[in-house]
Amino acid sequence: MSNDTPSNGKPNSGTPNSLRNGPDDTGRFGTFGGMFVAETLMPLIKDLTAEYERAKVDPAYLEMMDDFLKHYVGRPSPLYYAERLTKHLGGAKIYFKRDELNHTGAHKINNVLGQILLALRMGKKRIIAETGAGQHGVATATVCARFGLKCIVFMGAVDVERQKPNVFRMKLLGAEIVPVTSGTSTLKDAMNEALRDWVSNVDDTFYCIGTAAGPHPYPEMVRDFQCVIGREAKEQMLEREGRLPDSLIAAIGGGSNAIGLFHPFLDDPSVEMFGVEAAGRGLDTAEHAASMTGGAPGVLHGNRTYLLMDEDGQINDAHSISAGLDYPGVGPEHAWLKDNGRVNYISATDDEALEAFQLCCKLEGIIPALEPSHALAQVMKLAPTFDKDHLMIMNMCGRGDKDIFTVADHLGVTI
Amino acid sequence: MTALTRIDTRFEKLKAEGRAALVTFVTAGDPDFDTAMEIVNGLPGAGADIIELGMPFTDPMADGPAIQAASLRALNVGHNMHKTLDMVRAFRKNDDETPIVLMGYYNPVFIYGNDKFLADAKEAGVDGLIIVDLPPEEDSELCIPAMKAGLNFIRLATPTTDDKRLPKVLTNTSGFLYYVSVLGVTGTKAPVASTVGDAVKRIKRHTKDMGDIPVCVGFGVRTSEQAHDIAKNADGVVAGSVLVDAITDNLDENGKPGPNTATAVHNVVKQLAAGIKAAAQKN
Ligand SMILES: Cc1ncc(COP(=O)(O)O)c(C=O)c1O
Repeated sequence: MSNDTPSNGKPNSGTPNSLRNGPDDTGRFGTFGGMFVAETLMPLIKDLTAEYERAKVDPAYLEMMDDFLKHYVGRPSPLYYAERLTKHLGGAKIYFKRDELNHTGAHKINNVLGQILLALRMGKKRIIAETGAGQHGVATATVCARFGLKCIVFMGAVDVERQKPNVFRMKLLGAEIVPVTSGTSTLKDAMNEALRDWVSNVDDTFYCIGTAAGPHPYPEMVRDFQCVIGREAKEQMLEREGRLPDSLIAAIGGGSNAIGLFHPFLDDPSVEMFGVEAAGRGLDTAEHAASMTGGAPGVLHGNRTYLLMDEDGQINDAHSISAGLDYPGVGPEHAWLKDNGRVNYISATDDEALEAFQLCCKLEGIIPALEPSHALAQVMKLAPTFDKDHLMIMNMCGRGDKDIFTVADHLGVTI
Repeated sequence: MTALTRIDTRFEKLKAEGRAALVTFVTAGDPDFDTAMEIVNGLPGAGADIIELGMPFTDPMADGPAIQAASLRALNVGHNMHKTLDMVRAFRKNDDETPIVLMGYYNPVFIYGNDKFLADAKEAGVDGLIIVDLPPEEDSELCIPAMKAGLNFIRLATPTTDDKRLPKVLTNTSGFLYYVSVLGVTGTKAPVASTVGDAVKRIKRHTKDMGDIPVCVGFGVRTSEQAHDIAKNADGVVAGSVLVDAITDNLDENGKPGPNTATAVHNVVKQLAAGIKAAAQKN
């Protein structure tokens, strides 16, 4: 895809009206994004930005990235025609982009690899990361093990308790887990604690953020690393069907898998896009994680974006059955794509995701993670409303092995 | 140039006295409205020259455990931005000279509404703002409007703010510059007086050409000796976690304040003030 190869560093399509030119020099996507961090971190963030600008046009860096994506991660991931699900729903022709087949079982490693290779270039030997479900933590611990780097993962104490298998995985991989008990002891607090650690260890530490959020340049950088999903999907669809897909659909936590799929298609107006947030116990309750469909713009973790908060600007806790979607914010590029209308943001509840999870297991022989199960729940609603020649790609961004305990619990099964 | 604020006037007075300022931080509404009010009202009498009042936030990413807990204590008893401004108004009834700086994070201000916040803060008797997550790169958000509204925008400089970056940090700073003496969050590491002295000298080389803005040093100052040593080089010493710890240590098992809570804070302030006075006498 020649038009995706950065020439001036920006993965744009060359047209002035492209939706793919963001962010601007201040890290803004429209009014969203920015660099809202403490002064201690500003020089570090500027160093990181400068190094990333150099790396992304350095053939040696890009080659190493490609090599590891192919031989370590296992890319390209297949584009799979979900035939029985398609027949069952009786509408659009449904394809899964199989990023759950990546090493470590989710899309998270695409981003981690890019950031760790950057950390190596910068001579940083200590890697810190936040994690909710533990998928980003496992991916970071994995790549750190591969390169012999020290890895410290901040995880809310509540999540440490409900994601025990991933905690053990990270430990096997040599990472140190720091249970975070500040605030509400969940993902947002893990991110606060990682930022606090970074402020305290500025010389040797690289902060590997797990989603397309945080201060500039993270939203852009993480997006660029995840765009491999969309680039491959575009090529594969053209090969399979001889044309572009008609719609794309992906789950939204912080938004990295979704932006990775969407971004390469943003300038293709015929392609409709759906981002699915977690509606938890329902948008009409206080227990959800849908910051765009149920929140308002504010400033947290270094960027302006849609947030869940009260009328005093205090951040509310998010709720979702899926620990990976349990975050009260969203990446700023999604906030912008919501406001300009390019992407439709919708939601699915815990119960809808559970139902989709089970259907996918039975019809396709694929146990999906609870995160993409939210996208699947909307596939179940949307696919029947489209014609049979409508081509739809759903991002199967993670496998469900990590979730079987949660699902069993909700189904009242003891394992 | 905006009109002189109480901060400017206070530093002029202290300069004439040949003494550094004691800047004290407590969180608004901690542990409850009335106790916080009692604490703040007694600060000038105990020796505080400038009052920093923390605006509680759920996610204070530059603060250590003590101030995080203080924020949550305040929020848990229903504190909010309106009540913080009410505290300032109440304080101003008896004290029209001690400067008050509101310190915190951007989101609660942004949600209150920037213009309304600046107008209400000014009207309540606030003199300056410290917003931790608004670096110079984001000056158009609140810094420039605050200056127009007649409020000082006090910026943080840190050990990572090198000579190349300092002018950028100083450009729109007014009132004073707050030098964060350690790499870390509030209340965890202790500053080393000698390195702080060098850092202040480095900053002063830049402030010389920029109106000689006062430089105050904080983060980790706990004792009268530390205050004394820093006061020898800086225009002011900021103490926060040590006051907040005095509150924490004087709550009962249910987290409720007792008759000694405010006094305990005032005693800490008296000691810090004595350290600073001693430094002045030696100069
Ligand atoms: C499998 C999977 N999908 C999705 C997410 C949500 O993150 P994002 O929206 O950044 O893709 C996570 C986060 O942990 C995840 O593990």
